[in-house]
Amino acid sequence: MSVDAATVRRIAHLARIAVSEGEVPHLQGELNAMLAFVEQLSEVDVEGVEPMTSVTPMQMKKRLDVVNDGGIADDIVANAPATEGHFFLVPKVVE
Amino acid sequence: MSTATHKLLKGATGDWEMVIGMEIHAQVTSKSKLFSGASTAFGGEPNSQVSLVDAAMPGMLPVLNEECVKQAVRTGLGLNAKINLRSVFDRKNYFYPDLPQGYQISQYKSPVVGEGEVIIELEGGRTATIGIERLHLEQDPAKMLHDKLPSQSLIDLNRCGVALMEIVSKPDIRDAEQAKAYVTKLRSIMRYLGTCDGDMEKGSLRADVNVSVRKPGAPLGTRCEIKNLNSITFIGQAIEYEARRQIDILEDGGKIDQETRLYDPSKGETRSMRSKEEAHDYRYFPDPDLLPLEFSQEYVDELKAALPELPDQKKTRFVAALGLSAYDASVLVAERESAVFYETVLDKLGNRSRDGKMAANWVINELFGRLNKEGRDIAGSPVSPEQLAAIVDLIGEGTISGKIAKDLFEIVWQEGGDPRALVESRGMKQVTDLSAIEKVVDDIIAANPDKAAQVKDKPQSLGWFVGQVMKASGGKANPQSVNDLLKSKLGV
Repeated sequence: MSVDAATVRRIAHLARIAVSEGEVPHLQGELNAMLAFVEQLSEVDVEGVEPMTSVTPMQMKKRLDVVNDGGIADDIVANAPATEGHFFLVPKVVE
Repeated sequence: MSTATHKLLKGATGDWEMVIGMEIHAQVTSKSKLFSGASTAFGGEPNSQVSLVDAAMPGMLPVLNEECVKQAVRTGLGLNAKINLRSVFDRKNYFYPDLPQGYQISQYKSPVVGEGEVIIELEGGRTATIGIERLHLEQDPAKMLHDKLPSQSLIDLNRCGVALMEIVSKPDIRDAEQAKAYVTKLRSIMRYLGTCDGDMEKGSLRADVNVSVRKPGAPLGTRCEIKNLNSITFIGQAIEYEARRQIDILEDGGKIDQETRLYDPSKGETRSMRSKEEAHDYRYFPDPDLLPLEFSQEYVDELKAALPELPDQKKTRFVAALGLSAYDASVLVAERESAVFYETVLDKLGNRSRDGKMAANWVINELFGRLNKEGRDIAGSPVSPEQLAAIVDLIGEGTISGKIAKDLFEIVWQEGGDPRALVESRGMKQVTDLSAIEKVVDDIIAANPDKAAQVKDKPQSLGWFVGQVMKASGGKANPQSVNDLLKSKLGV
């Protein structure tokens, strides 16, 4: 499996990472090297083997339905570049 | 199960059939969010019900709320659906300010609930069965306000991370009436279960509707998805508009582009929402922060045993035990609050087997009729179940006539009070004393000798006499006694 230049640009766009045209060939090479490395895994026959989700057999931990968090609006918006009355402000995104 | 005949739309080239599938997003009733301990309460100050998990601060990890799982399983049981003992949470990747994580935690390949079905009630007592494809748990995104500032959108993360059940139907819905009945039934089931409050105005229940059209019996057409409909009326209007739009395009020789559309209630039309080059690529993969969700069959069985009586079961019981018509029973059970009201009336009745059916008529015709007229819901009824039961008792035991009972109902509605005491204090008791009625009958006959002479030839004019006697007695004479007396005295 390998990626072409268009796929590199598409992945960058989906991740909202700005990639200039000049960087594309370099990234394409890096991505393909990584994919080739991972490709070795396909040599192993895993027919009928359940995907492993944990190294030890364990049940997912769950929480009780209690309210024990929140009330920290100041902290929540502390790092935001723009706020108003504890709302985050973002460039207008209306469809 | 009777198959409902559905509505076809007329086009220039003949009839068209609609094929509709729905995705309902129902907010789970829980105190805290799906993966954090922040409150789910509606209407809090902006960002005051947000944990660092909901804000997707680096290093924060989701921990599943067990109540939300329980609610999803209970809802699945209410939809007669297969419960999956193992399901998986996946990341649905997309970049938008309503989800600071950059992905929504959802369930893709392995949902917690699989196939099921619901029976919907249609006009004229018809029913139809709509298949459920699946139900899965996912995070609600944040609320965005677009019209407060000219060039910026406001983001409030309070809703972000609240648990949603996405309930996906099979494409079994065939017209707007069925679509509306389907949402109504789902909402009713979830309200009985207490798993979603179904408040569409507050956005606890939203619908995405997939609509396509075809000639009856033809293969499926290309569908369009109408997003985020938040009222049952709009669902109906959007479907009608969208189907007509598609028919017009097809009959003009055009083709339908598969796309997402928005319904604009003020214009009554749908419009395209996302352009094709931005077609979403969600790159789902299992969320590495969460283990698979597993529980035992015993857990499911326990939840099943503890389910309340659901609308279909209640309807069946009302018909079988009380002799109500299927239609009356379905009206009473449609909303949990109505069913509770009726059952409270039943509890208070002096003679349930005699008057249970009459009580149903009074709840449906007098009470619901009056509430509708004044735009009130059952919670705002000025007449309590106890008062209504007393009125029905008074009719059932023959103390007042049905006609007087309507006056009494009006008094109780307007002024309140104990119906029994009102009947005493206002002299509304039915006169069953034959001699008293006889006197009125004699007076009426004496005052109308011509008409009395005609009755033998025109028996139908007896009704006129009955009316006169009832009027003269202020509606308090027992109509049966009046009838009998008149017949014997006039020799009919």
